[in-house]
Amino acid sequence: MGEPVISLRGVGAELGSRPVLRGVDLTVRRGEVVALLGANGSGKSTAIRTIIGQVPLSGGSIELFGTPRARFRQWARVGYVPQRTTAAGGVPATVTEIVSSGRLSRARFGVLRGADHAAVRRALDLVGMADRAKDSVDALSGGQHQRVLIARALASEPEVLIMDEPMAGVDLVSQQVLADTLRDQVAAGTTVLVVLHELGPLEPLIDRAVVLRDGCVLHDGPPPRAVGQHALPGHDHVHPHAPAGAGPIRTGLLS
Amino acid sequence: MDLLDYAFMQRALLAAVLVGITAPAIGIYLVQRRQALMGDGIGHVAMTGVGLGFLLNASPVWMATAVSVLGAVLMELIRWYGRTRGDIALAMLFYGGMAGGVMFINLAPAGSNANLTSYLFGSLSTVSSSDVTAICLLAGFVVLVTLGLRRQLFAVSQDEEFARVTGLPVRALNLLTAVTAAVTVTVAMRVVGLLLVSALMVVPVAAAQQLTRSFAATFAIAVALGVTVTIGGTVTSYYQDVPPGATIVLLTIGAFVLLTAASAPLARRRARAAAAARPAGDPAECAIPASRGAADEIGV
Repeated sequence: MGEPVISLRGVGAELGSRPVLRGVDLTVRRGEVVALLGANGSGKSTAIRTIIGQVPLSGGSIELFGTPRARFRQWARVGYVPQRTTAAGGVPATVTEIVSSGRLSRARFGVLRGADHAAVRRALDLVGMADRAKDSVDALSGGQHQRVLIARALASEPEVLIMDEPMAGVDLVSQQVLADTLRDQVAAGTTVLVVLHELGPLEPLIDRAVVLRDGCVLHDGPPPRAVGQHALPGHDHVHPHAPAGAGPIRTGLLS
Repeated sequence: MDLLDYAFMQRALLAAVLVGITAPAIGIYLVQRRQALMGDGIGHVAMTGVGLGFLLNASPVWMATAVSVLGAVLMELIRWYGRTRGDIALAMLFYGGMAGGVMFINLAPAGSNANLTSYLFGSLSTVSSSDVTAICLLAGFVVLVTLGLRRQLFAVSQDEEFARVTGLPVRALNLLTAVTAAVTVTVAMRVVGLLLVSALMVVPVAAAQQLTRSFAATFAIAVALGVTVTIGGTVTSYYQDVPPGATIVLLTIGAFVLLTAASAPLARRRARAAAAARPAGDPAECAIPASRGAADEIGV
């Protein structure tokens, strides 16, 4: 087993005064690909956002590469893909301009050198967007936006990728490109923590699935394989080792 | 150019050029983070500073700088902690700033009221040499920040959440943006006036966007446009005896309309180029087959 890259211990978080995470334990080790699953409102995105420091903790602790998050400074080792439907802001920007901001974690004082520009081009190549480098992001499809956001995360050549629903609103061609990109990254040793609504084309890559419900970890182990009748839309997955009397587990994978 | 013979016009033109550079330079980041009206809010708050300057017999420019920087920092703090009621708190700050300004000016020794109009809508003849010194120093700060930290400000204004993960000091950069916007308001106050400052931060950027695809080009064109309209407006104001602020803003809006009209054929040409670049096997229209095949049979 590799050393822990991300570890959450008893993490609690509140939005407003409503508890969204209630004591989440989660460890992602080097080289692992972990999917964070659960229905809408189960706390998946909040869990991710506590890791990067966007949502404050109300309890517990988080470590990145063995360093408490508050003291963690080596952000170039972390690639982050936030949940977005667009990469555009209020002013036009080219694909290269967006992806270059992902390299800032390796640039001193925000000055990009030749090696940094080369890394940006490599990241664009990885997601198959090199030919669109000079285009405005406004001219891209939803799937291409997502590819740009992933290239931005890859620009710093991170050791761990943290992604929040990268497949949401993405066309089939881009889904396949993203799955291929991710497979190459994983083969090269990158650790991945990905929030998913359904396993989809990433399924063969996933080593372990962590299922959240109401801010608690419900399942931590091999990814649920939907087979036979379970694979039918609308089917509620019933866990064999759930405590007696517990309702069917609505993971949101199928329903 | 007989207008350059007058010292007050030299000062006014220098101030106008600096406004034309600084207002779009910081404005582009405000537009990018979709806070186009922030400059307007700071302008309202700066009123209190001008009023305090009159009342305490201090320099209205430096007083307005101090108060609007304070106001901008307060707005940033409200954005962090206010969340749900943030907009109401901001509204109160804006109107409180305006009302405070009017109140202080009323309490100040008589004779300041006529002067107030020049702060609200700009005036050429009232730019003093001490004003020019202040404007030069403040404009230098704005240029240093908006150009020197362009990559950091771009990243934070584009996607704050992502910028946090690149290790950028997001809160410090947000504060710096707010403070720089406040400083720009006081740079522009003498020429275009507090109530019209925001137009020069937003409209040149909006006009430049009609033509551009990249942030860098938008920045360059917006600044070039800003300098053109501030010089044009100042000169027009000298010859025609019309208020400079209003002239500059109307010229800017005119430029926006012109560029928008000019951009339509440009957009069509780009669309044609994109269509030509599309592979031949990928037609834009649906191809309807002449007869049904086996693949069209749907079993239930």
